[in-house]
Amino acid sequence: MSQASPSAWARWWDSDLVHSFRHSPTAVVAALLALACVLAAVLAPWIAPHNPFDLATLELADSRLPPAWSAEGNPKYWLGTDDQGRDILSALMFGARISLLVGLSSVALSVLLGVSLGLWAGFWGGKWDALIMRTCDVMLSFPAILVALLIAGVGRALFPQAHEALAFGVLIASITLTGWVQYARTVRGSTLVERHKEYVQAARVTGVSPARIMRRHVLPNVMGPVLVLATIQVATAIITEATLSFLGVGAPPTSPSLGTLIRVGNDYLFSGEWWITIFPGLMLVLISLSVNLLGDWLRDALNPRLQ
Amino acid sequence: MNLKTSTPVWRLGTLAAVLALALPAAAVTLRIANQGDALSMDPHSLNESLQITVVENVYEPLIWRDDKFKLTPMLATSWKQTAPTVWRFELRKGVTFHDGTPFTADDVIFSYERAKGDGSDMKTYVGQIKEIKKLSDHSIDIITNQPFPILPEMITHWNIMSKKWCEENQATKPVDRRKGIENAASFRANGTGPFRLRERQPGVRTTFTRNGSYWGKIPTNVDEVIFTPIGNDATRVAAMLSGEVDVMEPVPVQDVERIKANAKLNVLQGPELRVIFLGMDQAREELLYSNVKGKNPFKDKRVRQAFYQAIDIETIKSRVMRGAATPTALMLTSQINGYAADLAKRLPYDPEASKKLLAEAGYPSGFEVKMNCPNDRYVNDAEICQAVAANLARVGVKINLEAETKGSYFPKILSRNTSFYMLGWTASTVDAHNVLYPILSSPGEGGRGQFNLGAYNNPKVDELTQQVASETDTKKRNALIRDAMKIHQDDIGHLPLHQQALNWAAKKNIQVVQLPDNGMPWKYIVVKP
Repeated sequence: MSQASPSAWARWWDSDLVHSFRHSPTAVVAALLALACVLAAVLAPWIAPHNPFDLATLELADSRLPPAWSAEGNPKYWLGTDDQGRDILSALMFGARISLLVGLSSVALSVLLGVSLGLWAGFWGGKWDALIMRTCDVMLSFPAILVALLIAGVGRALFPQAHEALAFGVLIASITLTGWVQYARTVRGSTLVERHKEYVQAARVTGVSPARIMRRHVLPNVMGPVLVLATIQVATAIITEATLSFLGVGAPPTSPSLGTLIRVGNDYLFSGEWWITIFPGLMLVLISLSVNLLGDWLRDALNPRLQ
Repeated sequence: MNLKTSTPVWRLGTLAAVLALALPAAAVTLRIANQGDALSMDPHSLNESLQITVVENVYEPLIWRDDKFKLTPMLATSWKQTAPTVWRFELRKGVTFHDGTPFTADDVIFSYERAKGDGSDMKTYVGQIKEIKKLSDHSIDIITNQPFPILPEMITHWNIMSKKWCEENQATKPVDRRKGIENAASFRANGTGPFRLRERQPGVRTTFTRNGSYWGKIPTNVDEVIFTPIGNDATRVAAMLSGEVDVMEPVPVQDVERIKANAKLNVLQGPELRVIFLGMDQAREELLYSNVKGKNPFKDKRVRQAFYQAIDIETIKSRVMRGAATPTALMLTSQINGYAADLAKRLPYDPEASKKLLAEAGYPSGFEVKMNCPNDRYVNDAEICQAVAANLARVGVKINLEAETKGSYFPKILSRNTSFYMLGWTASTVDAHNVLYPILSSPGEGGRGQFNLGAYNNPKVDELTQQVASETDTKKRNALIRDAMKIHQDDIGHLPLHQQALNWAAKKNIQVVQLPDNGMPWKYIVVKP
């Protein structure tokens, strides 16, 4: 950013996208919320009151304390503690960290996989197209969560000695392998349209290699919808992660993600210890809602027909 | 026909009406929920309380414990000792298996061979039997290796299968989940018991119907039992509160008060004979799952004691178990024959002493080890393991906790594929020998040490156990038991945690017999209108 000049800043500030953002209160609020969640997650090791993953600091005697404002609450724990004496607020921040990490990396990987395959299928057509698109159809005919469960289950069976790091690997892989289909289909559709346009024909005639045409000419023109899709998919991936963890095949109990926290708290709903599950649930709603709203705004902003 | 009337609801109504007609008018259905499933219908495949109590509604042993937990004749009508090592058993006449085959001495001999053979989890109950001689179709001699006065107590969970049926169904060997061996006996059953297995859907539900041609008189008026595993605590409680199920166990400790407050429900509570403990691999030269290489830290008593003293059992009792547990220093409970009250004193909880011991043993900054734990077998099992992991973290030991469903847990730890594990043990014979022989003795022939999964080994304990088996003088015998228990306790062979309490829930109009070994014989269940 060494070359950034006031005029460049002004140009960026006045660009269509930023202009539309500034004039959409929903987008601004959503972005602020998302930013707050991301900051809380990223800075958790420095700003969280406790480190819930450090088992040595857990006080079992302080387990299941209600939030600080209720009669039996302890001011040490603002949002109360869970069944193992973890501070809920800290657990939320660290849990959101895992949820965001898994969500973002699985979306990045599925974009990479989906876009490459979609581009390949759309550009070459024929048997490649048939093979990749039929695979997509098969994947789409199963509910994503079922496929993710299957992959997570198989992954665990294949690596029974798995360490925690590998558990997250399996989690990310299972969400990636169910998420790429949407990108592949979107990109393939746009590529089919683009590859017959004059600029592609022109590039071909001048002898540009197919790989370069795909990368330099077609790709930039099909990325718009992918961007929108990816934003919305981040929320979906976070929810999928939470669901898998809720079902017990995701993050291990000793380093809980939001889904694990909700599952643990679920057992205590009947006995009136509501805070263990409600707060992680709210956090999940907050993250996915803000990301979804941002995605909606981005879709409208990039849609030429709405401008 | 007017298509509009053929809505799904209407069709469902017809279906219900047809089903209602198909069953006798007063058919009583009992719906039972448990946190886990019986992993197989094979009575010799897994020595686990839940599987035993479910399967024993279909299969029966020669001698059993009745609703008062007293020995009672089942497939044997009488037994007496004719010589120090010979027992004469008269078998019940006129009993047929569910497929109509009559029950004879051949079935007993076959079931003996099956239960002591490869893949059986019940070796420990028949391990002292040398051979069975057939005298006639309904009379046998059981010959033991040495004088064995507690033989009748020992065989109450050795269930009898039909020789003909097993041979016809290629099920002459037990189902062995450790090796992934399944056979017909896992999904179908042919016993002599008061209930027949109708349909088995593993992990989903299993239905049983009453055996109309049962040989005895039984109090129950239940015609059909639907057994459903519901793993999630909250879901199981919700099913009970909404009336979806009639009997449920266990009640999560946090929900006992809520269920007690419900006018339509009862909570049945009682002490359980089960002791929950942790075991450590003390046999291998190097642990399978640890960062310590070239040696096994658990071979060092100081390490075992450090683990013991690091565990804050009182806080686990008050916070995790909400008081529904009794911390214990021994591997058996006070109701068990041979319990020595003077030994019932735990080493104090003392993290500082624990750290010191670890440092002395050469692990000043602790070490890493994997812990295996079930999450649907014992009351709050995974929560206890998490609390123990947190306790151990305080003294520098990093636990990699693996908590999983018992369907994958038991095959793993029963094949000794573990370094540090949790197990619960009920001395089902109500005698200390059933702790000494399968848990404290070194692994060997005839089911000895079969559940000593960390292979704790002290020849003196083995020898004393041998003497306990044949000693007939109660006073001497109790002294021998005490000596063996003391040696094991001083060695810290296992880490005893607590005795858990039984918590069942049932609708108020249902009479259920709760046995202290967590047995729920359906033949004593009476549903009042």
